[in-house]
Amino acid sequence: MNDTTRPAGGARTPHAEPHAEPHDRPGSARPADATAPPAAASPSRRVLTQAAFEARTLLRNGEQLLVSLILPVLVLIGMATAPFLGIATGGTSRIDFAVPGVLALAVVSSAFTSQAIATAFDRRNGVLRLLATTPLGRGGLLAGKALAVLAVLVVQLAVLGAVAAVLGWSPDPAGLAPAGVALLLGTACFTALAMLLAGTMRAEGVLAVANLVWILLVVGGGLVVPPDRLGPLGPLAAALPSGALGEAVRAALLDGALTGGPLLVLTAWTVGAALAAARWFRWH
Amino acid sequence: MTVSPPAPGRPAVEVRGLVKRYGGRAVVEHLDLTARAGAVTAVLGPNGAGKTTTVECCEGLRTPDGGTVRVLGLDPAADATVLRPHVGVMLQDGGLPSGARAGEVLRHVAAMYATPRDVGELTERLGIGGFARTSVRRLSGGQRQRLALACALVGRGQVVFLDEPSAGMDPQSRRAVWDLVRELRDDGVAVVLTTHLMDEAADLADHVHVVDHGHVIAAGTVPELLAADGPQASTASRVRVEARPGLDTDDLEKALHDTTRRPAAGPAGASTGHPGAPAASTGPPAAPVPATATRPAGARWRVAETEPGVYLAEGPVDPAALAAVTAWLAGAGALARTITTGGRTLEDVFLDLTGRQLR
Repeated sequence: MNDTTRPAGGARTPHAEPHAEPHDRPGSARPADATAPPAAASPSRRVLTQAAFEARTLLRNGEQLLVSLILPVLVLIGMATAPFLGIATGGTSRIDFAVPGVLALAVVSSAFTSQAIATAFDRRNGVLRLLATTPLGRGGLLAGKALAVLAVLVVQLAVLGAVAAVLGWSPDPAGLAPAGVALLLGTACFTALAMLLAGTMRAEGVLAVANLVWILLVVGGGLVVPPDRLGPLGPLAAALPSGALGEAVRAALLDGALTGGPLLVLTAWTVGAALAAARWFRWH
Repeated sequence: MTVSPPAPGRPAVEVRGLVKRYGGRAVVEHLDLTARAGAVTAVLGPNGAGKTTTVECCEGLRTPDGGTVRVLGLDPAADATVLRPHVGVMLQDGGLPSGARAGEVLRHVAAMYATPRDVGELTERLGIGGFARTSVRRLSGGQRQRLALACALVGRGQVVFLDEPSAGMDPQSRRAVWDLVRELRDDGVAVVLTTHLMDEAADLADHVHVVDHGHVIAAGTVPELLAADGPQASTASRVRVEARPGLDTDDLEKALHDTTRRPAAGPAGASTGHPGAPAASTGPPAAPVPATATRPAGARWRVAETEPGVYLAEGPVDPAALAAVTAWLAGAGALARTITTGGRTLEDVFLDLTGRQLR
């Protein structure tokens, strides 16, 4: 028997319509382009669509918004105004001293904690695998994620910048470009670390670790408190990507300088994390 | 490199000697499978048989450890970029982003294609409109399945892989899904579906591959699989009755044996029992059987109450046997909820092939 034979009449398929050529059937109204062969949308459209989708999802999620935006704003306001925090600012105003560290913290929030958790759960729920079977593919998915992180970063910078301005922040204009470089490099570094974590651990584990790391880096990672104020932890914090990012942004915004050391540390972490993620990231 | 649609009946998916191991343990061992354009190919097997791993190798999500996989003539892993626009995938675990709304997810997947299927039409066909604004994490299992199916079809692929498409669906949704699958087949799409639902395979599939322990243990059309045990298997060989529990099965067995011993001719209606008449329970009714009917002499009947209120009589089913069954019910004053006759089902074949052990 020919194995492509379809069931005759209604014997096995009582609800099937009688045989007819595909395009003759009145019930199959299709769009006019249905005769065109299937094709992928352009690569840029795929990646931009994915980026917009991810950014919307991140900004709509309560917990993600809390860690990306609300907590950094609270840290900023606390550092700038709380009377019980005796911060030695070395002559600069408290707000000017606080902003660079909080911007670095915002990068860790969105690029690392938020992205690691979102990716881990997408991985567990099969979202990464499903999108990898569409024309987006794995490469497009990663590009979309990176763009989404940048979009969220822009929102964070706008909100934090506005709050800081209200609190009297006056940055050195010469430092804005170096700060941008440091923040971009930091975003790349922490996104790579987020992928490494999300691609190698169970989602629940990632949830715990990503939040714990965020707290540890705030307290002792050299983000908002410079490594040289951390006592014996200082050298360790300076070697961490968090300390390097904090120092690079502080040097830019406080002194208008592009500092080589911290940027080198950040670059090394970025390359290492990206290679490790490429090697060990599991899609299943 | 281009992809041209295969002519109806030509192989769209060819798997030869597929081997896939997880941590040294072979999950798929030398599996062969062919799926043709314009046909529904079912991969039927118990849990853990290797069904999902096989389709994931075809989808380019897993790299085979041995053998070859060709989809539309291409390697799903190496030629993924070329192949992706032509292949639709519905994963077993859905793969839907939980924080987004249902309608948003479908539009998002549609945007990955240059000429997607009309989202509004798919939404209507699968009844997604009612929950389009609900976030995925709040959808029921059946709603998620319908959304995942829509995502698999929105790209108008020539090959569609559906991993347990109707799991968790209510009967209405299943009908809608099955109708859509038949329509795809009629449009020349090669549909590959995994399932452990017998009726799904029996009703939908043109070709069934029964998979167990990582390889195909039987393949063919449903009639071929049913006939594999001999010609008797494809004719009616059982009567299934649902009525109140506790009826005397020995009585029925005796009555059925009597039908096979009696000559096939007899006056119609003369001694047919009336409902509730005591006489009906003692003697078999004279059923209106054509004089030419022949019954195998000495054929055996087996009657059992397989679960409370479900009676299964296995033997050479003919009109007289059915009349004996109804007379037996009438004699007991029991009204049957359902009486069905039939032969071996795909489920029987499946259980014979894969065993009855739970796993």
